Amino acid sequence: MADAATLWISGSLAEKIRAHGAETYPHECCGALLGRDSSAVLESDRGDGTLIPAREILQLFPLVNRRDDSPRNRFSVTAEDVLAAEKAAREQGLEVVGWYHSHPDHPARPSEYDRDHAWPWYSYIIVSVQNGTPQDMTSWRLNDDRAEFSPEGIEIRHRAAVSATGFSTTEK
Amino acid sequence: MPVKVMIPSPLRPYAGKRDSAEFSARTVGEALGHLTTEFAELRKHLFTEDGKLRSFVNVYVNDEDIRYLAKENTPTKDGDTISIIPSIAGGVYLASPSRSPVGQR
Repeated sequence: MADAATLWISGSLAEKIRAHGAETYPHECCGALLGRDSSAVLESDRGDGTLIPAREILQLFPLVNRRDDSPRNRFSVTAEDVLAAEKAAREQGLEVVGWYHSHPDHPARPSEYDRDHAWPWYSYIIVSVQNGTPQDMTSWRLNDDRAEFSPEGIEIRHRAAVSATGFSTTEK
Repeated sequence: MPVKVMIPSPLRPYAGKRDSAEFSARTVGEALGHLTTEFAELRKHLFTEDGKLRSFVNVYVNDEDIRYLAKENTPTKDGDTISIIPSIAGGVYLASPSRSPVGQR
């Protein structure tokens, strides 16, 4: 299901995720990704007119890391926080399509703990923050068999989506 | 009137894209059993290999968390709504050797 998945996010939202990671360093940050699943297609960078289905991130819903016992290497979003994020999404005609968190002084790769606790379908963005400075940002989706994550491409674009459904986005 | 089970977005691809399903059930466990029998692919995302609800799977009957009721033995009556609500967790520990990401900037 996660094959060839692509996440579309604007440069400004990507920067906000990085900034959140820097702000909470050395603790992990976390938040919800609000958007639309496969509502648009992107034109491939190959320039040959190929269209790629894309999941769009249109808003962030930053959250407080509830793991105050171990915030440097764990994050937790409670069911109540999830419901709050879903409500915020619904109010804007969006849905929660994933989550982001930071890995302070660790690479932007999912840990076994991430995989053990992951849901399918959601996009999981991870930003590495080294010595307080945000570095790589990656996105992942859990495979159907829960055995591992598959990487999800991140496309940083500004109003470049080609709408397949008549929907167009407005970059703030 | 049966019990309604609300299916969260991440599990809908395994449930024929449905957001809810209805079953006749006397307990939460029975309803979840019917759900994972009808949609077998859901099972591994809700339960561990030894059959326990995963720690990040929260189940509510109407507005009550079953952890504070009788867990999966919580009785249900016709017209009740069972909601499966995710909680989200993760963090660094031993980084796993997954494949290299694409589209990384």
